[in-house]
Amino acid sequence: MRLFRHELKGELLLYLRSRELAFFTFLLPMILFVLLGSAYGSDTIDGYDGATFLEAGMIGYGAISVAFAGLAIVLVIRRESGVLKRLRATPLPAPAYVLALLLSYLAAFAVEVVAIVLLGKILFGVDVPTRVPSLVLALLLGVVAFCAMGIGVAGLIRSAEGASAAVNAIYLPMSFISGSFFSPHSFPGVLRAIADVLPLTYFIKLVRAIMLQGDEIWTQGTNVAVVAAWGVVGLVVALRAFRWEPHEG
Amino acid sequence: MNAIEVRGLRKSYGALEAVRGLDFEVRSGEVFGLLGPNGAGKTTTVEILEGYRKRDGGEVQVLETDPASAGGAWRERIGVVLQSSAMYETLTVTEMLRLFAGYYSRPRPVDEVVELVGLHEKRDERVRRLSGGQRRRLDLGLALVGDPELIFLDEPTTGFDPRARRQAWETIRGLRGLGKTILLTTHYLDEAEQLADRVAVIAHGQIVASGKPSELTGGTPATEIRYRENGREVVLQTDEPTRVLNDLTGHALAQSREVEGLVVRRPSLEDVYLSLTEEPAE
Repeated sequence: MRLFRHELKGELLLYLRSRELAFFTFLLPMILFVLLGSAYGSDTIDGYDGATFLEAGMIGYGAISVAFAGLAIVLVIRRESGVLKRLRATPLPAPAYVLALLLSYLAAFAVEVVAIVLLGKILFGVDVPTRVPSLVLALLLGVVAFCAMGIGVAGLIRSAEGASAAVNAIYLPMSFISGSFFSPHSFPGVLRAIADVLPLTYFIKLVRAIMLQGDEIWTQGTNVAVVAAWGVVGLVVALRAFRWEPHEG
Repeated sequence: MNAIEVRGLRKSYGALEAVRGLDFEVRSGEVFGLLGPNGAGKTTTVEILEGYRKRDGGEVQVLETDPASAGGAWRERIGVVLQSSAMYETLTVTEMLRLFAGYYSRPRPVDEVVELVGLHEKRDERVRRLSGGQRRRLDLGLALVGDPELIFLDEPTTGFDPRARRQAWETIRGLRGLGKTILLTTHYLDEAEQLADRVAVIAHGQIVASGKPSELTGGTPATEIRYRENGREVVLQTDEPTRVLNDLTGHALAQSREVEGLVVRRPSLEDVYLSLTEEPAE
C-alpha cells in the first residue's frame, strides 16, 4: 500500500512532466471541442443541441485519447527504453506498479472531463450533466476498458519509434468513425458497419444516452456490455502479450 | 560465506547453447569479475542471477535464495546496473533517486547517494540533459539507493573516457570498502585487474580460467624479453626471466655495451585473456 501510494505520486509527477504526451492526448480533445463547438455548436445534430452533442463525443474522444493512446505509447516507450526491466529488479510489486499507472491515467481523464464540462458551460452554455452517478460509472467503465485495450496494444507494438504511429493509426480513425466529432448517421454504410463493432461507438452512445436523454446507466445494457467485452479482450491480449523487457536489437 | 553459488548452470536459446555448465562462487564482501568477449554468455549468466531469466539446468543460489523464485524481500538486498541505462528522462537526478528510494524499506539517504556517485553539481538537472558518463553514474546511484548487500554491475564503464573510468573505479572501490559484494562483468582487462579480488574468464559459455588476477598472470604465458641486436628485434619468451636476463646483461657488460631497447614485460591479464579466449584456428 505504501509502495502503491509512492508510485502513484511518482506517476502523477511523470504525467505532468510529459509535455508532448500531455498536449496530444490531454489538451487536443479540449482544443478540438473549442474549434468544433465554435463551428457548429449552435446547430442541431440528430435532434440535439450541437454543443451538448459534441461535448459527449469529446468526452468519448478524451477517454480513448488519454486512457488508450496515452497509456499505450508510454508503456511501449518505457518497455523499449528498459525502464520496465529496471523496475523489475526493485522490490516494487508488479500489481502496485500497474495499478498506480492506471490510476494516474484515470486521474488525468477525470481532470479532462471536468475541463471539457467547464469549457462547454462557459463557452457554449451547455448544462452541467445531471445524471452524475450514472455518468461517473459509465466513464469509469470506459476508461478502465480503454486502459486495458491500451496495455493490450502496447504488448503488440515492437518498437518505441513505431508506437505513436501505430497508436494514432488506430485511435484517430476510430474517433472519426465512432462519431466523436460528428453524427455517424451521415456516414456511408461501410463506415457505419465498421462503427458497429468498435468499442468507442458504444461508449459514445452510452455517454450520449446519459448526457442527452437523461438515461441511467442500467438501462443501457447493450452499450455497457459491448464496452466491457472490448475491455475483456484488451485484458486477455494484455495478459498474453505484456512483457517487461525490450525487444532485442 | 558465499553471496553467490553457481553449479552446472546451463541455458540455451533454441539451438544455441549460451551457457554450458558454469561453476563459480562469489564470496561475501569481494569484488568478482566475470570476463569474456561479447557473446561469451556473461550477460545471460548475470541475468539468470538477477532473476530475469530462467535457467535450463544447474543450481543457483544468490544470497541463499534461488533467484528464479525470489520475491520483494530478496530484491531489497540486491542492486542492479544493467548494460543499457534506462531512466525517466523528464525527472531530475534527485527526483529519480527519490522515486527509487521509495521502493525500498531501508533506503540510503538520497543526498548521500548523490555525493557517493559524484553528481552533486547535477542534482537538479533533468536526466535527459546528463552526459553519458553522468547517466552511468546515476545508474549506479539507482542501484545503490536501496542500500543492497550485493550489487551487479554489467559493463559499468563501457563508453567512458579515461577520467570518468578512474572516477567510477574509485566509487566501486568505495563500495567494496563499505562491505558490499560486487559482481562485475567487463571486457576491459585493466578494469578487472584494478578492481576485482578474483576473476573468472568465460568463453563459449564455459569458464576457461579463474582465480586472483595475479594468479592468472603468474602462470603461463611466459615473461617476454625484447631487445635489439644488430638492428634486429629479438623477442624471447621464458619461464626463467631472472637467469635469461642475467645471461643477457652479463654478456653485454663483459663487452662493455648497452643492451639496446631492452624491455621486460610480465604477461598482462590481457595476454592471458587473449590466449584463453582465442578462437580455434579454422
